[in-house]
Amino acid sequence: MLLEVNDFGLYCKQADVYIDPWRPVKRALITHGHADHMRWGNQYYLVHKDTVPVLKVRIGADVNFESVSYGEVKIINGVKFSYHPAGHILGSSQIRCEYKGEIWVVTGDYKLHNDGLSPEFEPVQCHHFVTESTFGLPIYEFKSPLLIFDDIKNYWAENQKNKENTIILCYSLGKAQSILNQIDENTDNVFLHGAVANLNESFREVGYNFVGERITGAHNKDHFDKSLIIAPPSVLGSAWMRKFGNYKVAFCSGWMQLRGAKNRKGVDKGFVFSDHCDFSSLNNAVKMSGAEHVYVTHGYETQYAQWLRESMGLDAQIMKTLYSDEEMMQEEGKETLE
Amino acid sequence: MDGFSKLFEAIDGTTKTNAKIDAIASYLDQAIEADKLFAIALLIGNKPKRPVKTTTLREWVADYTQLPLWLFEECYYVVGDLGETISLMISQITDQDSDSISLKELFELLVELQKYDVEKQREVVETFWKNLSGTPLYLFNKMLTGSFRIGVSKKIVIKAIAKHLNKEEKNIEHQMMGVWNPLEHTFKDMFPLEGLEVAHHIPYPFCLAYPLDIDYDALGPIENWFLEKKLDGIRGQIICRNNELFIWSRGEDLLTDKFPEFEVLIHMLPAGTVLDGEIIPWKDGLPLPFSVMQTRIGRKNLSVKFLKEAPLIMVCYDLLEFEGKDLREEPLSVRRKLLEQLIADLVHQDILVLSERMHFDNWEAAGEFRDNARNYHCEGLMLKAENSIYNVGRKKGGWWKWKTAPLSIDGVMLYAQSGHGRRANLFTDYTFAVWDGDQLVPFAKAYSGLTDKEIGSLDRWIKANTIEKFGPVRSVKPIQVFEIGFEGINESSRHKSGVALRFPRILRWRTDKEPKQANTKDDLLQLLKLFES
Repeated sequence: MLLEVNDFGLYCKQADVYIDPWRPVKRALITHGHADHMRWGNQYYLVHKDTVPVLKVRIGADVNFESVSYGEVKIINGVKFSYHPAGHILGSSQIRCEYKGEIWVVTGDYKLHNDGLSPEFEPVQCHHFVTESTFGLPIYEFKSPLLIFDDIKNYWAENQKNKENTIILCYSLGKAQSILNQIDENTDNVFLHGAVANLNESFREVGYNFVGERITGAHNKDHFDKSLIIAPPSVLGSAWMRKFGNYKVAFCSGWMQLRGAKNRKGVDKGFVFSDHCDFSSLNNAVKMSGAEHVYVTHGYETQYAQWLRESMGLDAQIMKTLYSDEEMMQEEGKETLE
Repeated sequence: MDGFSKLFEAIDGTTKTNAKIDAIASYLDQAIEADKLFAIALLIGNKPKRPVKTTTLREWVADYTQLPLWLFEECYYVVGDLGETISLMISQITDQDSDSISLKELFELLVELQKYDVEKQREVVETFWKNLSGTPLYLFNKMLTGSFRIGVSKKIVIKAIAKHLNKEEKNIEHQMMGVWNPLEHTFKDMFPLEGLEVAHHIPYPFCLAYPLDIDYDALGPIENWFLEKKLDGIRGQIICRNNELFIWSRGEDLLTDKFPEFEVLIHMLPAGTVLDGEIIPWKDGLPLPFSVMQTRIGRKNLSVKFLKEAPLIMVCYDLLEFEGKDLREEPLSVRRKLLEQLIADLVHQDILVLSERMHFDNWEAAGEFRDNARNYHCEGLMLKAENSIYNVGRKKGGWWKWKTAPLSIDGVMLYAQSGHGRRANLFTDYTFAVWDGDQLVPFAKAYSGLTDKEIGSLDRWIKANTIEKFGPVRSVKPIQVFEIGFEGINESSRHKSGVALRFPRILRWRTDKEPKQANTKDDLLQLLKLFES
């Protein structure tokens, strides 16, 4: 086996590297910048060039790293590694590993829908396909994000008619940028939570510009009039929200597909918008990979692996990893009970 | 259905009461006349019966979607709602909509569907699945599974109708009492534009009390208050009008046939009498345990022997109508005097008993009685201002309920089950156990009492500490201790622990306690000895 799971993460023995390790290791290949995939403490990081700003903001400016472009091949002790668009967020990559004719692809997190910003998912042929299964049940079928963006803009316009501000809660890395990317750059009524603003600034150095003004302590109610505010979900129910007086608040997540989840959040509106694959996208991705061996990680891995075995006759098994789903973590809050 | 779907979305899209009222009122302003009453029926939970067995439905969905049944079941566990699961699995992502059926037609069709054979049912259902999407599809499946619910209280609906008709709420509330079938009425005869016509079998809206949440000193002198025992039976109204007798529960179920004891009243009570009281099994001047009532309600056929063992009476609290006159605006003192007179005049009967007026020198003494209420066969005290009118529904001030503190016991969580609806995919239904030697014996299930935050962290704990999964149920490591409160305790041969609790709920999550410190079965039996009601 070219790749296997050990206590530190997904390990390639031949190259002595880990992909998205969950404990500090010597050399880490990183699929994308979300916290459960790119963790602190590794001695070396190999990332896609658009992940570099996130690496610097989140792990540290002095971190030891190298970056690659999509398709560029990096050979480590005979193993050929290359990064390919995963469509999840800016810089997100599937990592292809090839050794003596055996090809593995690790998807990290991914989606097939085009979000207008992240380079579109590129199918990569392989023998062994490691896939996430965050939304690996047929109850999850997502509309194109491009249609959701229209819904969001309409929602904002509707709230403006009622003289209300609009707060959109979404993950600050990924969805925040793909939403902002759809908004006219001359708009001056868009405001950003600091977490979003920090990431946007860091993306500037690799050539991306996003609209929006950072909200600081100097802002008060008078600054917001029918505005659009982009913030991470953690602000829900916090004192920070009081700045906005009259507002409607919406939450963007694949989990919003379920009424129970939406109602529990206590938001005015849920947009079913995810940076992950829905059920049919997962099925398409598995088919396009041409792989006979599929390893199903974080999500509904038991059910989805069984589905692949029964419906496609593939050798599908569960791969136990410690990746969580950032949407789920956001939804449920991060505190845990020990 | 288009208008009703939009209404559903509007209600669903807001948490604000006034916005919901406005949405319903404006729906009524625009809806076609024939649809209005069906919409109201659905809004207050008066829905058509499920026409198809759910096991059959599941098979149809699996066939229709060409997915294995086990995968459907897995999805159902995650969603926690059958109608929603079906909708999600068959929904077409495109919003093409060829919906032209009116709400009335759909309602009638679902009633009609009950009579069809299975093949015909399936054909109709699949046609709807093909032609509907989005909210209409969801609403159709919710009605099909007999689980249609919408996030409004009856109060909100009443306010909206009042707004739409420009009438007083309390009149609307009265007109909506009791059981009514939208197929047999029209909006116009339920809510006539002129006058306040209410059919003679319809009860008055019950006057309800809030729990006492202020210091009793703020109530003023105790002499201004009428105090009586709060009993644990079935709150009801006895109506005697037009030579007919009707018995209604507070839940607005018509129970006349369940309580043949009361039939004789038709010859005794003057025409135009409405009594409010507690229907309760009673022997030798004392109430019997509530469990007696429960078995009684569950019976289809009431044998003579059974009627003897569990004879019912009504402890009368109030007189709402006398000789055809509505007394609800009269002060309690006046109504009480008339009630006393009425019952005194009824000789040779023992099925109507006057609720005893409790006299105390001061609030402290009343409080002491309340603390020990279980010893006096009641749940506590009702406090009613002498001058209080009989309000429509729950209003603050005139009446208070002052219940004794619940009994409590510390139990260890053994099982958890995921909830439904708002609590879907979240473990919210728990089973608790007490120690019997070194064994844990389940003694209660509870669903409520935790905050959303506690539910969230407990949910994560459960997911991380599962021992075994049985469908939607999980056994968990016996570690978490909870204080379980309950209103009463009775012997039960149906429960492993030997006791049945009344209204168990979680009082506190005892994170400070080790599982070993939870109570024992002996502690429960001790409580049983002391307090068997």
